[in-house]
Amino acid sequence: MNKVYNNRAWFLILPMLMLVAFSAIIPLMTVVNYSVQDVFDANTRFFTGTEWFEVMLNDPALQAALLRQFAFSFTILAIEVPLGIGIALLMPKRGWQASAVLILITLPLLIPWNVVGSIWQLFTRGDIGLMGVGIRELGYAYNITRNPADAWATIILMDVWHWTPLIALLCYSGLRSIPDAYYQAARIDRASKWAVFRYIQLPKLTNVLVIGVLLRFMHSFMIYAEPFVLTGGGPGSSTTFLSQSLTTMAIGQQDLGPSAAFSLIYFLIILLVCWVFYTAIMNSQKDNTTQGGA
Amino acid sequence: MTSSVPTTPESVRKQAAEAAALRRKRARNVTTRWRRRTLLGLYLVFVMLPIYWLLNLSFQTNSEILGSFSFWPQNFTVANYARIFTDANWYMGYVNSLAYVLMNMLISISVALPAAYAFSRFRFIGDKHLFFWLLTNLMAPPAVFLLPYFQLYYSVGLFDTHIAVALAHCLFNIPLAIWILEGFMSSVPKEVDETAYIDGYSFPRFFVTIFLPMIRSGIGVTLFFLFMFSWVELLLSRTLTATNAQPIASIMTRTSTASGIDWGTLAAAGVLTIIPGIVVVYFVRNHIAKGFALGRT
Repeated sequence: MNKVYNNRAWFLILPMLMLVAFSAIIPLMTVVNYSVQDVFDANTRFFTGTEWFEVMLNDPALQAALLRQFAFSFTILAIEVPLGIGIALLMPKRGWQASAVLILITLPLLIPWNVVGSIWQLFTRGDIGLMGVGIRELGYAYNITRNPADAWATIILMDVWHWTPLIALLCYSGLRSIPDAYYQAARIDRASKWAVFRYIQLPKLTNVLVIGVLLRFMHSFMIYAEPFVLTGGGPGSSTTFLSQSLTTMAIGQQDLGPSAAFSLIYFLIILLVCWVFYTAIMNSQKDNTTQGGA
Repeated sequence: MTSSVPTTPESVRKQAAEAAALRRKRARNVTTRWRRRTLLGLYLVFVMLPIYWLLNLSFQTNSEILGSFSFWPQNFTVANYARIFTDANWYMGYVNSLAYVLMNMLISISVALPAAYAFSRFRFIGDKHLFFWLLTNLMAPPAVFLLPYFQLYYSVGLFDTHIAVALAHCLFNIPLAIWILEGFMSSVPKEVDETAYIDGYSFPRFFVTIFLPMIRSGIGVTLFFLFMFSWVELLLSRTLTATNAQPIASIMTRTSTASGIDWGTLAAAGVLTIIPGIVVVYFVRNHIAKGFALGRT
């Protein structure tokens, strides 16, 4: 759509801008302010420059948390995206079954995040949980408070349970927008199922998958409440992700300077990765369209 | 001609082969359909099992939960629910949560509507940068903003009020609302606006009486997302409240970290947090397929 050049549009933006500025710019400036100072009390503070940033970047505990965070985010993306596409292909297209399946699949998305943690805690406990007891009956000493591998597997399973619906629903809406004529043409050409998926369905899904992958990456990188309730970051610190390290430092220990520096680094990493994702996907899309045109 | 009576041996063979191929194809279609249903059914079981378990535990007493393992409540009890509905500490949590979620939905949608219209219809100085900046707010981890929010709202005297949480959630909900609404608004042809102006409509009258009804499914979907992200958030709502505006999620974490956990009440409280979500998703079930693509399919 060709848009009109008109700077009066700023008046329409203004109310929104004032609100978001109040809840984004002022706090962000506070963080920047703390990150370059050493604060003792309300009146005593020293300028430290980039010292906190150096301390934070060299902290082994935080480096470990960062690596865990990346491992977690990429694992869940690798599982949830193909699974979500698969579920979307399986979902019924019309009738009451379609509505029923939609509502059931959406359910996990609407549960408060710490309740998701509680649900999985109740589900996986070795004494009262269905899954915990079930696995133990099978002869494996499943214990998420003792065994880091179990804790990891459970957190990943929980995230797959919680967020695959988002990808599935995005893909479902993408599939619904494909006109029937495409499928008829494919049938006339005797196209195989794989060819239909690869050349008709997948290209239509690219748009929604960009949104899905971005949202999933962002949210998995900020994950806090679910592992906090389920494992408390343990056993040891094997499931402590970035948000939890930051919260412990900022609220628990009240280390204003270091935690502010850490916040900024954290925020910048998310921005950078999202930007890389976004441009990479956009560029590959552009290549596809030019190849299709040639 | 396949329908004519076969006369030569080849045509008999050919017809038989065709009929067999058709039968095979039908049989294959039936098998594929059943395989699809089974796979989807398995996934739905995976989705429902943890929720079922929560429901199961919520109807048991603590002694039954800890004492015996059963797939359904042996001594069905609603005592856990009764405790929540009679104790003000518990049920006020739901009231508080709903209060700030509704406030946030109202604030977010009312400032996001004009802004999204501006982004979808006009070019102006800094529009692309502004849009990207808004999206960066969507990416901001709440943990980063915890401490400054606490200090900011404390210093302006809003700490432990519903409006503080509602404003804090605007950080990610307003950009999200603008992003979704912009997609829906861009699918309305510009000629609609132009015709309305020629017919003598003023901008506010056109916007409220013509434009908003045209994108009402988009508004519904946006409200659904605003509800969802405000309802499920824990970190900010827990930090910005103490007693008067404490959300249910935060009350639940305090119970679950205490020694000697009250499993039954925890499960019942969890079940009750799912119900508002079911109500909301029931209202938007027909628009959700389009809306989840944020109007961009």
